[in-house]
Amino acid sequence: MKLSKNTRKNLFVTACLTGPVGLYAVFVLWPYLETFGYSLTNWSGVAPPSRFVGLDNYTALFDDPVFRTALWHNLLLLILLPPATIVLALFLAFMLNVGGRGNTAGIRGVRGSAFYRIVFFVPQVLSVAILIVMFQATYRSDAAGLLNGIAIAVGITDPAHPLPWLASPDAVLWCIIAILIWQWVGFYMVLFSAAMQSIPKEIFEAALLDGAKRGQTFLRVTIPLLWGSVQTAWVYLSIAAMDGFALVASLTQGSSYGGGPDHHSEVLATYLMRNFLTFGKAGYACAMGVVIFAITLALATLMLRFTRRDNVEY
Amino acid sequence: MTSTTEMPTAARRRPSASASASQKRFGEAGNVLNVFSHGFLALWAMMIVLPLLWVVLGSFKTSAQIGTSAWTWPTNWSLDAFARAWSKGIGSYFANTLLVMAMSVTATMLLGAMAAYVLARYDFRGNRVIYYIFVAGAMFPVYLALVPLFFQVNQFHLLNSYVGLALVYTAFSLPFTVFFLHAFFKTLPTAIQEAAFVDGCSHTRAFFQIMMPMARPGLISVGIFNILGQWNQYLLPVVLMQRQRGDTEAHQVLTQGLVNLSATQGYAGDMPSLFAGMTIAMLPVLAVYLSFQRQVQAGLTSGTLK
Repeated sequence: MKLSKNTRKNLFVTACLTGPVGLYAVFVLWPYLETFGYSLTNWSGVAPPSRFVGLDNYTALFDDPVFRTALWHNLLLLILLPPATIVLALFLAFMLNVGGRGNTAGIRGVRGSAFYRIVFFVPQVLSVAILIVMFQATYRSDAAGLLNGIAIAVGITDPAHPLPWLASPDAVLWCIIAILIWQWVGFYMVLFSAAMQSIPKEIFEAALLDGAKRGQTFLRVTIPLLWGSVQTAWVYLSIAAMDGFALVASLTQGSSYGGGPDHHSEVLATYLMRNFLTFGKAGYACAMGVVIFAITLALATLMLRFTRRDNVEY
Repeated sequence: MTSTTEMPTAARRRPSASASASQKRFGEAGNVLNVFSHGFLALWAMMIVLPLLWVVLGSFKTSAQIGTSAWTWPTNWSLDAFARAWSKGIGSYFANTLLVMAMSVTATMLLGAMAAYVLARYDFRGNRVIYYIFVAGAMFPVYLALVPLFFQVNQFHLLNSYVGLALVYTAFSLPFTVFFLHAFFKTLPTAIQEAAFVDGCSHTRAFFQIMMPMARPGLISVGIFNILGQWNQYLLPVVLMQRQRGDTEAHQVLTQGLVNLSATQGYAGDMPSLFAGMTIAMLPVLAVYLSFQRQVQAGLTSGTLK
């Protein structure tokens, strides 16, 4: 039997789409949709039948002091993580690409930039687990930790009273933020480097010829031309700031999924997981998932709207 | 661009004089800035290398040494700690991770390419809808799906199973893969494909023998992106790969296994073997990264800039 041309085309399209669409629908789309439904029930997560409770979970959430603390911590991350990471990454990328001495040969990066480019990216390829083990050792609260070793050697603190780092309620969140910045700067440095390399060198050379100093070249020429990638970075970093689960759950104190001491490093993701897997409050956890989604969506929209500028063609 | 690079008339008239003057000034500024910038670059590089090196050295120390001071030099130059770490399961965690990723990366690439190709190059009803549904998935946080996902996987009896984890990895990697490859397949020329059809080539053959090879650069970029993304997964294995009953075998992947090991090791006091385990997990990755760093960085940036 000979199939018509159109039938063969349709068969091929169907064959190609069935697998991916099916898998995506089962494991991504359907769970996403279910979350909204379950967030309106008092489902415990064990037996399927659960009672519809309307918006009770959401009102309970905003009366829950732990949830409010976690939300505040995530908002703090949102305010701090993207700008700090982007500024550092931009500075490093600028140094590595056009920070070197300009001479007749033109503009180039500082010496050893190839080496730095390789090293700065390392935190991205090592698995999160490796970073966790490393930072557990680095942040140890006795004199045997790397940071305390340095602090003692430099004379900031005396060996009898080492700094508590992750065990200190005031410092713990900052320790986590520091790791996140440390981890992401390299990635965005590479991203911005690639964007900088696609800017024609003549633009930099013209600016230098006009007597622009390096700072001016950076602020007036480089940044405006990189605006598109800065925007992308901001959106991705905001999503990262809404997470923080891996580091908080494994580095900080707490009975399950960290968050301690005394919720001082609690983030939405850890509290969600504790409610879901430890407290058996699956409906409540779903409501939290919806809140995380709403914040992420609002942020992405806001970012794209407010940072919109005319793209420079070159 | 004219606003930022307006040339002063003086420079235009005497280009040679002003060029040399600006070079001189630039050179001077360079000295001050170089000390500062080199200092900062070196400091940042140290902040990455030093802790890693310090932990690696820790695998050659004794437990007592590690527990007393940060600055003791290793004395126990043997591979005991590495052997202990291996016997505690680091080797099998690594193998588990590789097995899962071999399945999930292959499936992601194949399914992602098929969907992206058909969506980019075939006209049919519902094309746009399917495309946008895929792309929307890239925007949503995993946490939104997490709780129902656990029960979904449970319904298929795929909790704590390699295939289950690989399927979930694949499903969650599809949005970005489809989005990226869709743009890539759009840019490929149609002439070759049409010529093949005239010669009687089937749709399947055109896809596998003509379009896939032409899309190689794009496939490599997305492949690297997916490998790094799935290698760094932490949340999904924590939720989906828990041992279901006491008598079942644990199928932990590396991220999970290493973190669990560190949780128990902290009390057991065998820090050298924990550090050795970390070193074992780190070395192959670093070796691969150092050999392919150019491709990795190029692939990732072409993946995110678009």
